[in-house]
Amino acid sequence: MADTHILPSPTPVGPAPPVRPAAGIVITDLALRYGTRSIFTGLNLDVAGGTFVVLLGTSGVGKSSLLKIVAGLAKPAAGRVTTSEGKSLSGHVAYMGQTDLLYPWASVIANVMIGSRLRGERPDSARARHLLARVGLADRAHALPAELSGGMRQRAAIARTLYEDRPIVLMDEPFSALDTFTRARIQDLAAELLQGRTVLMITHDPLEACRLGHHLVVMSGTPAQLGAPISLRGTTPRALDNAELLRTQGELMKLLTPQAPE
Amino acid sequence: MNTLRHVARPLITTAVLIFVWWAFTRISQVPAYLLPGPSSVAEALWHQRTLLMWNTLTTFNEVALGLLIGTLLGAACGMVIVFSPLMQRWLMPILLLSQAVPIFALAPLLVLWFGFGITSKVIVAVLVIFFPVTASFSDGLRRTDRGMLDLATTMNASKFSILHHVRLPAAMPAFGSGLRVAAAVAPIGAIFGEWVGSSSGLGYMMLNANARIETDVMFAALLVLAIMTILLWVVVDRGLKRLLYWVPDTTGAPI
Repeated sequence: MADTHILPSPTPVGPAPPVRPAAGIVITDLALRYGTRSIFTGLNLDVAGGTFVVLLGTSGVGKSSLLKIVAGLAKPAAGRVTTSEGKSLSGHVAYMGQTDLLYPWASVIANVMIGSRLRGERPDSARARHLLARVGLADRAHALPAELSGGMRQRAAIARTLYEDRPIVLMDEPFSALDTFTRARIQDLAAELLQGRTVLMITHDPLEACRLGHHLVVMSGTPAQLGAPISLRGTTPRALDNAELLRTQGELMKLLTPQAPE
Repeated sequence: MNTLRHVARPLITTAVLIFVWWAFTRISQVPAYLLPGPSSVAEALWHQRTLLMWNTLTTFNEVALGLLIGTLLGAACGMVIVFSPLMQRWLMPILLLSQAVPIFALAPLLVLWFGFGITSKVIVAVLVIFFPVTASFSDGLRRTDRGMLDLATTMNASKFSILHHVRLPAAMPAFGSGLRVAAAVAPIGAIFGEWVGSSSGLGYMMLNANARIETDVMFAALLVLAIMTILLWVVVDRGLKRLLYWVPDTTGAPI
């Protein structure tokens, strides 16, 4: 296939990687159609375990649909998605949507442990407390989501994602609703806490992509295709004035900005 | 300060209403059998207190039972029509029919079938109550945020678990709106049932007083009924506010 991309594992820098590498994601010949309209066909992507891959593209290109298929929330017209061991992804993925998706009737800590409640398991409140402390919300455990700021809600959502302790994390523009400065801080936190997990994140923000991603993949065209991955070196989160970040960001802007009509 | 305002405002309103009423009966010289003054109604309230109490108890039982059964039935119908398309096709026409036939036409039949006792009134009340509950609750159940459902699905929640932990709580505000409407209209059903045929209750008492042109007793019964309805609504409203602690009330907030 022309657009098969095997993404290499990240160079082992920064904190020591987990003993057992996280499972990767293998997307094979994926196709999606809405009625007669083909969103994408023959899509292939191989995300190595433990890498942070960012998927970029303009609105409506099919990024969210792709992520939903990977998350098991939508059925593709053809093709399949498995872990790198060839198993089903169900039970291996944690999902973060475009909004925080905190249940407004449950306290912050109850939201963090919502997965246990939904599966009928015993909630592990000690772990939830520990995670809330790591995202800096230890003192707001019993607040309602409505009492928190946007940044705090997104941090609670990260704690909930980590509580699930899944090897693969899927994120659909998770920080797009935040202001620039809050977003930069949350990116730092996400990069630190998601270290070692396999992450597939969607964003339309080139800066965010360059700060967090080991590999960036651009999705474009109708039906959509995946461009050759752009790999960045060094540890994440990258500094805002990192030279490679600035260069790649410019490159992405050129790729993603539609050409002026002739 | 705030509690003072809460108590003072209804008291002032009531006092003004009573004064206007008193002044009107005084100035207009309307005969007492058409419009009794506040003092004669107060007198009737006092003299008939035992009878009023017993009849209020009857009506209260009808309303409370009607509200309880109506709410449960309404909630059950709401769930069924949302989760079973087959049941929706079969049940919806029946639900609509129950509302399309005027309760005024149905009540005499119900009294004929179920007698002068409490049963026929409870049924009339249930018929009035369940529909707003069904309509609003099913709406609420249908409108669960897609993202919240998606999140629960990725967490490997079962269908029942999603219903229990996501859809039901998310539908509670809509359910609450239906229940508020139901609580306000519940007494209408019960009283109308009593008018058609009964052996006790506030409606029965009013009907009797009306026949004997004891207008002051009618007013007394009416007053008790109004107070009962308001109290019922306040209790339901307070209970719902407690249940829906998480729903933001933006009415007091600056725009």
